[in-house]
Formats: sequence, C-alpha cells, structure tokens
Amino acid sequence: MILSAAIWIPIVAGVLVLAAGDRNPWTRWIALAGAVLGFLVTIPLWTGFDPSTSAMQFTELRPWIQRFNINYHLGVDGISLLFVLLNSFITILVVIAGWTVIETRVAQYYAAFLIMSGLLNGVFSALDAVLFYVFFEGTLIPMFIIIGIWGGPNRVYAAVKFFLYTLFGSLLMLIALLYLYNQAGGSFAILDWHKLPLPLGVQIALFFGFLFAFAVKVPMWPVHTWLPDAHTEAPTGGSVVLAAILLKLGAYGFVRFTLPIMPDACKHLAWLMVALSLIAIVYIGLVTLVQTDMKKLIAYSSISHMGFVTLGFFLFNIYGLEGGLVQMISHGFVSAAMFLCVGVLYDRMHSRAISDYGGVVNTMPRFASFMMLFAMANSGLPATSGFVGEFMVILGAMQQNFWLAFAAATTLVLGAAYTLWMYKRVIFGPVANDHVAKLPDLNYREFIVLGLLALAILWMGVYPRPFTEVMHSSVSELLRHVSVPKQ
Amino acid sequence: MNALLIALINHIPAAPEIVLLVGACAIMIADLYVKHEGRRVTYVSAQVLLALCAAITLWLHFRMVQPDGSGGYHIEKYYLFNGLFVADPLANLLKLVCYLAVSVALVYSRSYLLDRGLLRAEFLTLLLFSLLGMMVLISANSFLTVYLGLELMSLCLYAMVALNRDSAVATEAAMKYFVLGALSSGLLLYGMSMIYGATGTLTLNEVAQHVARQAGSAADRSFLVFGLVFVVSGLAFKIGVVPFHMWIPDVYHGAPTPVTLVISSGPKVAAFAMAVRMLVNGLPALAPDWQQMLVVLAILSIALGNIAAIAQSNLKRMLAYSAIAHMGFMLLGLLSGNVGGNWLNKEYAFSASLFYMIVYTVMTVGAFGMLLFLSRAGFECENLDDLRGLNRRHPWYALLMMLIMFSLAGIPPTAGFYAKLAVFQAAVAAGHVWLAVAAVLLSLVGAFYYLRVVKLMYFDEPVGDLAVRVQPAARIVLSANGLFLLVVGIIPQSLMAMCAIAVARL
Repeated sequence: MILSAAIWIPIVAGVLVLAAGDRNPWTRWIALAGAVLGFLVTIPLWTGFDPSTSAMQFTELRPWIQRFNINYHLGVDGISLLFVLLNSFITILVVIAGWTVIETRVAQYYAAFLIMSGLLNGVFSALDAVLFYVFFEGTLIPMFIIIGIWGGPNRVYAAVKFFLYTLFGSLLMLIALLYLYNQAGGSFAILDWHKLPLPLGVQIALFFGFLFAFAVKVPMWPVHTWLPDAHTEAPTGGSVVLAAILLKLGAYGFVRFTLPIMPDACKHLAWLMVALSLIAIVYIGLVTLVQTDMKKLIAYSSISHMGFVTLGFFLFNIYGLEGGLVQMISHGFVSAAMFLCVGVLYDRMHSRAISDYGGVVNTMPRFASFMMLFAMANSGLPATSGFVGEFMVILGAMQQNFWLAFAAATTLVLGAAYTLWMYKRVIFGPVANDHVAKLPDLNYREFIVLGLLALAILWMGVYPRPFTEVMHSSVSELLRHVSVPKQ
Repeated sequence: MNALLIALINHIPAAPEIVLLVGACAIMIADLYVKHEGRRVTYVSAQVLLALCAAITLWLHFRMVQPDGSGGYHIEKYYLFNGLFVADPLANLLKLVCYLAVSVALVYSRSYLLDRGLLRAEFLTLLLFSLLGMMVLISANSFLTVYLGLELMSLCLYAMVALNRDSAVATEAAMKYFVLGALSSGLLLYGMSMIYGATGTLTLNEVAQHVARQAGSAADRSFLVFGLVFVVSGLAFKIGVVPFHMWIPDVYHGAPTPVTLVISSGPKVAAFAMAVRMLVNGLPALAPDWQQMLVVLAILSIALGNIAAIAQSNLKRMLAYSAIAHMGFMLLGLLSGNVGGNWLNKEYAFSASLFYMIVYTVMTVGAFGMLLFLSRAGFECENLDDLRGLNRRHPWYALLMMLIMFSLAGIPPTAGFYAKLAVFQAAVAAGHVWLAVAAVLLSLVGAFYYLRVVKLMYFDEPVGDLAVRVQPAARIVLSANGLFLLVVGIIPQSLMAMCAIAVARL
C-alpha cells in the first residue's frame, strides 16, 4: 500500500489542484500539502526496508488487465528504493521553488508537476512491463506541457523535440516488450523475464530495441541533442525534474531490463556502451567548456555525468554498478541544486547568459556560498556526493583496464574546469553592471530549498554508507545473475 | 395465431432492426407535421428510439451470452431469414457502438445545424435509415444482405453529404463520394459474383464450406482468389485504406461537419463488420491470400495516412488522413488471425481489431464533436489555427481535446494506447514483428501532427474569440466522451473482455 500511496497521493493532489483553479488562494498550499504528504508516505519505505535481501519488498499484486495477463504489480528493491525517495523529495523542492515565480496558470503548473511525480514513482516501482511502460510514457505528457507553456522563448520547438525523441525510443521498446511477452508464454512480469533463456541473436535484437528507449532518456551520445534544448527552454522546476529524475529513467531501465534480461548481449556489446559513455564523458565535457548559457552548460554537464553512470553499468563489477547508482542519486541532488541556483539568478535578472553576470558575490554572499558548494559537488570534490560515485566508477574501470580509467578520470579535470570557470565568471570579479549591483540575496524560501539540498549533498559525500548499504545486496545479486550466461 | 406467434418469436433476434425501421418511418411521417424549426419532438423521439433499440440489443446480448459457471461463457448464435441474417454477440456489440455514435452525433450537431438552418427532416430520417443500413450490414450472413445493407447505408450518406445544397464544396464531395462509392460497390459485386460462380451459394457459412473443399485444387483456388481480389478492393474502398482512400479527404473536408462526424464513425464500424463477415466467416480457407493483401493495405495506409496528415492545415482533412492511418492499424489485427494455417491467434487478433475499432470510433466522434462545438453561426472551426490558445479560453475543452489527441497518437494512459498495444501484440504473436516495427515507427510520424494540435491549444496565444455556445446536454456528453478515453486508459479490462466475448464464436 505504501507504494500505491506514493504514486497516487501526488496524482490525486494534482487533480485537486487543477479543480481548485488559478485564482484560488489555496492552490499552492494544496500542491505543497500533496508533495509533502507524498514524501512522508515514502519514509516508511526507508525505515522498513530490509537491506539484507535482494528480493522485491513492499510488493503489491492485483490483476489489472486479465485479458493480457497484465498486473498492477509494484515493489522496490535496493536499486529502485532510492529513486522513489529522491523523486518524492525533489517534488517538494520544485513546489516551493515555483511558489512566487509562476504567475500564469498556476494550477496547471502544479498539477503537471504533481501528476508527473506520481507517475515517476510508478516507473520506479512497477514490476509489470506494461505498467512500467504506461508510467514511463505517461511522464511525457506533463513534461511536454511544462516545457511548452512555462518555458523560454524557444519552448515550443524544445517541447516537440523532447516529446518526439523520447517517444521514438519508447515505441521500439514497446515491440521488444511484446516480443518478450510472447516468448515468456504470455507474461509481462519483469522478474519472470529475468529468468527467460534467450539465444544471443535475439538478445542482441532486443538489446537494441531497449537501447533506443533508454539511451534517449539517459541521454547518451549521439541521441542527446534534445536535452540542451529542453533544459534551456524549460522553467526552473522543469529543468530540475528533468535533470534530477527523468534522466534517471533511462539508466534505471538499463538496470531493470537490459542487464538482467539480456546479459549476454550486454557483455557482447559492452565495448559499444563503454565507447559511447567515454565519448559522452570526454567529448561532451569539452563541449560543456564552451557554453555561454548557464542552463545549457549544466545540461551538457549532466550528459557528461550520466556518461559515468552508463560506463559504470557496463563494467560488470560491483564498484562500477554501485558507483553508477550512487552517481545517479548524487547527480539528482547536484543537478537539481545547480538548476535551482540558475533559477534564482534568472528570476532576478531574466538572463541565463554568463556574460550578463559578474561579481554576484558582492550582492548575494549567501547565494554565492551555496553555489560554491554545489559547483564543487558538480566537479566531484571529495566530501561532496559528486566524488563518491565518480570515484567508485573510476575504481571499477581501473579493475578492468588502466586506460579506460584514465579516460574516465579526465572528467575530474574537465568537470572542475567548466564548473569552476563558470562560477568564477558569474560570481567573482567586479560587479558587472547595474542590474547585478541591485540583486537582493536569497529569501527564506530559496534558502530552505538550497539548504536542504546542501545537507543532502554533504551527507552523501561525508557518509555515503547508508546509501550503498541499501543497494548492496540487490546489486550483488544482479551481478551474480548477469555473470551466468542465459543462452 | 400460434404459427404467427412462433414466427414472431423466431424473429426476435432481428427486433432492433424491425423496431428501428418502424420507428424511423414513424418519425419521417411525424416530422411532416412538426412546425417548430427546432424539431424538438422528432429529435427527442429519435433519441428515444435509439435508446429503445439499445435496450433491446442489450437484452438480446445478455440472452446470448450466459456465464457457464466456470468463469467462461456460453455463447448463442442465431441465423434468421434462411441464413441471410445472423445475430451474435459481435453484431450486438457493434450495433451498440453504432447507436451510440449516431445518438452522440445528434446531440453534438443539434446547435450547429440549427444555426445554419440545416436541421431538416432529411437529416434525421437519412441518419436513421443509414443506421438501419449499418445494422443490416453488421448482421449480414449472405452476400445479398451485405450488399443490401451497404447500399442502404451508403445512399443515405451520399445524400447527407449534399445536405447543404448551396455549398459547392459539399456538392462536389457528394458527387465524388457517390461516383467512387458506386465504383467500389461494382467491384464488390463483381468479386461476389465470382465467388458465387465458384461456390453456387450466397450464404456466407455455406460459402465457407464450399471454399474449404475447393481451396485444395489449384484451378478452383485461382478462380476464387480472382474473386477475392475484387472483394478485398471493394472492402478497402469502404473502409478507406490505401490505395482506395482517395475519396476520404475530399469527402471529410467537403461534407458539413456533423455529416463528417457520422461518416467517420458508424459506417467505419459497419465496414469493419463487413470485412469480418466476408473474410473471416465467408472465406477463412483463403486466409493466407487475403492476409497478404491486407498486409499491403495496412502498411500503405499507415504510411500514407500519417505522412500526408502532416501536410494538412485543415483539421478535417488532417483527421481524414488520420482515419486512413487508423484503419491501417485496425487491419493489423485482422490480418494476424491465421498463422500458417491455424487459427490459434484468432481470438486475440480479432478482438484487438474490434477493440481498436470501438476506441477509434469514440475518439473520432469526440474530435469532430469538438470542431462542432467551436463552430458557431457564420464561423466554421476547421483549420488548425482555429484551435489556437484554446487552453486560455476553455481549459476544460482543451483538456478533453488533448486527451483525444493523445489517445489518437496512442500515448498512455489513454484508451488509444491499449488499442495499439492490442493490435501490435496480435501482430507480434502472429510473427509479423517487422510489420509491427514499421507500424510503430510510422505511428511516431503520426504523433507529430496530433502533438501539433496540442501545441496550438496550449502553447499559442488565442486569436479572435473562441466562443462556445452549446446546450448543457452536449457539454456533458462531450465531457463523458473525452473522459471515457481516460477511464478506459486506466481500466481497459472490461471493454477488452467484452470484445473477447464478441469474437469468441466467429
């Protein structure tokens, strides 16, 4: 029931917000209540979770569409648990962050975010492939609306591009799901599919069927081009959810479907995945350096960081896989924080161009110190969450090949270069213009949002064990499963 | 007396048709005495008549389908009029869809027609008689009744397209519709006569037996297949699939929107029934042959429909091309029933097509209904640009239209997704994986133009004013229409189960 509550409370709250309407003074409060309640119900997941087993916990199983043997089947293991929590947490921040900024069609704005939050919890806890697909695709609609209505000047182009790119990937996956359904003798249960023996040729075909869906979401090079557009044009809240949660769907898909169902194809094609990940890390890292738009810069750095995640997954060792997962959580916090920082500046100046800023530290000292921490986390400084994941993945890569680790480690240089250089240009130096001179510092609402994220990032950086402990047995089980050939 | 009673009882399965015929005639006569131009009396009695027919059909349905106590169903099937007419659950379900479509069409189009002085007696009676044609077609079990139903339906529709005599576009559309419709009827008749020549019977289940005997011999088979080609072409014309689709965009565009709404819903359902009756009931032994033909028709329709729709700036034309594409998707199910000579996949395949057909009908009725809503005296809402900024003016209607569009595009959680899921599943199970992949990729192309409608409604600024002036009844029905897609999108099981029962004893 907890998982159902985590899915449906935000959705119901979203519908209520929509019904309340724009002019209702309670609209924002209903949204906040829905988000907070949605987070509170996920806390028992954390406290009641048994980290010693890799089995699915908090499962719910009800027949849904008997015609095709589709079930409303939910459950979380060590891998998905953290994403449910992360998503519910980020939703609260998004609601608070949009409090005064969003002035047009407030009800629709909050409804879209709450409904999306529920759907995302659904994606992470679905154990039935069709249920997964419905949630996975369902998220497209609110995101499309969010980018298209509240986005920047080029929002329509970005929204349509986002929608069509991701739909393209998912549709191929749909055929792969149907093929597996028929192979499994009429079952959409993901856990049954894990045990399904498949010849290598079929595995490879299915691998590519899933690859497009997940690679577009991650996004991996070369299907990443929708991301900078979508991010730049999306409102702050949209960027936060996009970076912190939506990007995780693709990587989560790799862990839930690709690795366990097609392990042999994964090993067979690991070279490809590793190569694409390294290109994302190094090449996109270089692309990030030359960005002049802050949001675009963070968007590209997201692609580069997600390259680490996919690299970690296809190393097939515990450091790589766990590191990838930790990196996903960490990136959820850090990218959310970075986008919120840009949002804070954008709300005041209505510009995202780095060249419009300079010397912000003089007028916004509190903001500058927060952003310092987030920038450090983004470049992977030890004692921040960014370090843990990257370090583990590099360690995993080192176990396999020195040069692989060497290439991956360039991110420590590149990441520091692009993040800190941006930080320097925006925050330090003399006050660039009159607008900057008039900037007010953080208000209490922004302070709470950034403060919560700062706590999370430091906690994860200083003491990551609670996070790795939760996922450890699930990850070990997954690796053991992957090491056994299925053909 | 006794003999009469028995004769009456024997004809009860045809009661909906009989009631509709009598009622339609009564309404036609009664309308002569209606002075008020709103025609409230005849309008209401038409609705009551439809409700009555629906009640009878439902009653029949529950008589025919009885739970057998072990989770399954015992299904009855009746042949009437010496095998000319069949009453089975499939017919009941499709007839219910047709009543609903016609009834909703009446509700939606009332104020539109009133504004333009088109709410004449002809509209009502032609509509009811074309519905009768659909019902005969749906229950046809002989080439003769197929043709009878088809012509009754089509002739009424031709006249309805030309309802607005002063409009040159409508007259042209009616002409095109009539000439091409006559041509397709000719093709169909030619094919039927071939098969009749080969088998010596017009009754479909007897045709099936003869064909099964003869299909083994190469000479007979080639003769039958020759006839089959013409039958399939005729069917393709009526369903409106490539390369027999040319009339669709022009007729959809030219006809008054209420008539377009009618043409795009009920007659398609009837044409689907016609395809099932003739191909599945009548010519199952030739399945490998007609399946091949349907593969070509399906893939061409999906491709051309979706690609051509992108170029349209007129919403009615866009929906016309989208109809072509959707009929292609529907065929994907129809062509997956027989795999290498066995019919194991039959139930899944045909129920998928049926489900698709029902969901499509709801979507198309809703989409054209929305156009009717946004039109008013002196203004036709039919261009894409007319929807600009709808969300600003009427967020509720924008939401409904968005649901319809996402459902047409097949995005969950809407009914359209499960329709696509079901036909793709049927195709994949029948081994047509590449066909499914091609269809899926083309449906991505389709998503683009549906998305454009959503974009116009939500992201663009309104131009002019988009006044909505309709009766409360129509508002409620349209809301139910849109929400139906969402509800079925969340709990599709019962409708799917109904479809499964309907095709269980084909």
